[in-house]
Amino acid sequence: MTEATHKDTPLVEVIDLSKYFSIGRKSELHAVDKVSFAIDKGKTLGIVGESGCGKSTLGRTILRLLEPTSGQILFEGEDITKYSKTRMRQLRRTMQIIFQDPYASLNPRKTVADIISQPLIVNNIFDSKDKLAERVAELMEIVGLATRLSDAYPHELDGGRRQRIGVARALALRPKFIVCDEPVSALDVSIQAQILNLLMDLQDDMGLTYMFITHDLSVVKHISDEICVMYLGQIVEKSSSRDLFKNPLHPYTQMLLSAILAPNLSRRKTKKGIVHGEVTSPIDPTPGCRFAPRCDYRMEICTKADPEFREVEPNHYVACYKVEQDLGLDSYISGNQNETGI
Amino acid sequence: MSEYNFNNSDKDGYVLEIKDLEVIYETDLETVHAVNNVSFSVRAGETFGLVGETGAGKTTTALSILRLLPDRTGKVTKGEIFFNGENLLELSDEVMRKEINGERVSMIFQDPMTSLNPIMNVGEQIYEALKYHNPEKKTKEELEKRVEETLELVGIPKKRKNEYPHQFSGGMKQRVIIAIALACKPELLIADEPTTALDVTIQAQVLAMMSELNEKLGTATILITHDLGVVANMCDDAAVMYAGELVELGTVEDIFESEDHHPYTVGLFGSIPNLDEERERLQPIEGLMPDPTALPFGCHFQDRCPYCFDRCINEHPQLLKLSDTHSIRCHLFSDKALEVNHD
Ligand SMILES: Nc1ncnc2c1ncn2[C@@H]1O[C@H](COP(=O)(O)OP(=O)(O)OP(=O)(O)O)[C@@H](O)[C@H]1O
Ligand SMILES: Nc1ncnc2c1ncn2[C@@H]1O[C@H](COP(=O)(O)OP(=O)(O)O)[C@@H](O)[C@H]1O
Ligand code: SF4
Ligand code: SF4
Ligand SMILES: [Mg+2]
Ligand SMILES: [Mg+2]
Repeated sequence: MTEATHKDTPLVEVIDLSKYFSIGRKSELHAVDKVSFAIDKGKTLGIVGESGCGKSTLGRTILRLLEPTSGQILFEGEDITKYSKTRMRQLRRTMQIIFQDPYASLNPRKTVADIISQPLIVNNIFDSKDKLAERVAELMEIVGLATRLSDAYPHELDGGRRQRIGVARALALRPKFIVCDEPVSALDVSIQAQILNLLMDLQDDMGLTYMFITHDLSVVKHISDEICVMYLGQIVEKSSSRDLFKNPLHPYTQMLLSAILAPNLSRRKTKKGIVHGEVTSPIDPTPGCRFAPRCDYRMEICTKADPEFREVEPNHYVACYKVEQDLGLDSYISGNQNETGI
Repeated sequence: MSEYNFNNSDKDGYVLEIKDLEVIYETDLETVHAVNNVSFSVRAGETFGLVGETGAGKTTTALSILRLLPDRTGKVTKGEIFFNGENLLELSDEVMRKEINGERVSMIFQDPMTSLNPIMNVGEQIYEALKYHNPEKKTKEELEKRVEETLELVGIPKKRKNEYPHQFSGGMKQRVIIAIALACKPELLIADEPTTALDVTIQAQVLAMMSELNEKLGTATILITHDLGVVANMCDDAAVMYAGELVELGTVEDIFESEDHHPYTVGLFGSIPNLDEERERLQPIEGLMPDPTALPFGCHFQDRCPYCFDRCINEHPQLLKLSDTHSIRCHLFSDKALEVNHD
């Protein structure tokens, strides 16, 4: 294919992607349930949602570090869902992940240089030791690690430097796409800012495409072009970053935004954003909106069938019956009604 | 404040008073000066926030209170820690283990992944904690019901109680640990970055549970966090820690509404992404904290401080008292100071 045909193809696209885990003998936990979206080249898609909603599972499934239960993953327009292990290993050079926990994801017995060179060695990128060392030094410089640290061990470094190692390792094979799974959540604000700036600079310099997972709304707003809001395995709202914060439509998104604690004393100790209602279990969920037990606008229809994830305003997608009603759209009921045999 | 169930706090109502605490980590090769001359106190029913970047010494301060510093390397070299008037540093290990830790003082550790038992399901782990702290002599059935309620309080469906830690996401494990710590109804709760891995709605829930302990039982809380939003909304008093020292100490009004701040505090506020602004570069404090094995002679913040002048390099700044409640460790305020808290 030529560049021209690629022009409008998103770099990454997922269609109805699901990942279920078996729990006990008969049950299935729907960690990711029929998720669809696309990410254009050079852009950042933010994924937000509460802990346990399936963000990490989604990121790992897209890279096929976990095998999808159903659905498709397209990379540069090609379906990679059925790629063999060997082909996947080839492809994974261009798709990398930076992990949630900079402490747990680095081998404590390896030095900084060892960790960064590992993907280069595994993939036989260089034939000489000198060239390898040169590239490692270059990577360390790119992420702002002093070369004198190349013989240090991860435990000797602070969290920010450890996360820089994670970033350098992810960049080693010159990837096009990086899943950033909460790369700054374990760091404190001053260091968070340094890493976020680094990631944004790298994107500009290298044309990287990011899927940026976080539960921190101010971080996601800062870094993303578009944002998906996830709730219990499903995407409930997607729009441009600016639109989402200006005009949140889904009741869950509205609840999330109202629970943000501002760093000032204006709304002190008002009990806001407190969860009420039972949290739906992702194990063998019944049809209907997963947010219904916690939703102030719940209607009868909400627990009958899954609301459709649809474009309700230009480039603003929502799955909610109330939003459909408010905007005068007809609800389309079908789909998941008989999913679990009810 | 309301009526307390714990009536043994000292005459000023302090549950915890730390005085001139100094802690080092000593190995054959080097000595890390992790905590230097730290003093603060927490009243019953109140929450004290401790803020600062990685390596500032927050966790070390917390571990010293529980006497959980690593055996061979960690040492308290100076200071006193009074818990309801009793110096914890003078108690025997046995008394600490049996009567204080997990009994009257609970700690939520920073690293949740290591504090759950991987081979016991989460329901059983909460059950064990409840059984151990069961003054009302609840029956097995009542306790099991309580396990389910506790899980739901932290937003985890009760039907997941038979799952094991590896089947939970990072944030869910953290919620189980919080549930266990709160089940013990402690007099002093030390929470080390308890909500960092949690999203805002669950965070709100957990913070509400902690406030309830403050109000109903008079639990005193030390909340270690780097989230200034959490400090603003939860704490009564707060301190900013840098390179082992408190550089600013005050009520939350002092920290959030006063004109006067330590330059490091100003930097901390500048590095938070602002929800009201469009995508732009953040203004992090450039540079890194000084090496704790070789702290500079003058101000510990001198290398990163935009206002650094001669005196900062030649003289270590004292904690200057600007009002009854507000203190700042910086030479810029020497004209404004009421008195000096000599270290
Ligand atoms: N190996 C596994 N076996 C069974 N269930 C799992 C497994 N891994 C994850 N899950 C479940 O899948 C769901 C999604 O987990 P995931 O780790 O993707 O959440 P997350 O959104 O990344 O949360 P956090 O913000 O806390 O990291 C959770 O209910 C979790 O318990
Ligand atoms: N077990 C240890 N051995 C040696 N040094 C340590 C140990 N734990 C912490 N330190 C050092 O003590 C200082 C304070 O660390 P810590 O209390 O963990 O800070 P914080 O909790 O504020 O991030 C840091 O310089 C850190 O590297
Ligand atoms: S579909 Fe119904 S229950 Fe779900 S969010 Fe919308 S109004 Fe609430
Ligand atoms: S004492 Fe000097 S170097 Fe230290 S914070 Fe104040 S002005 Fe900056
Ligand atoms: Mg995760
Ligand atoms: Mg710590």
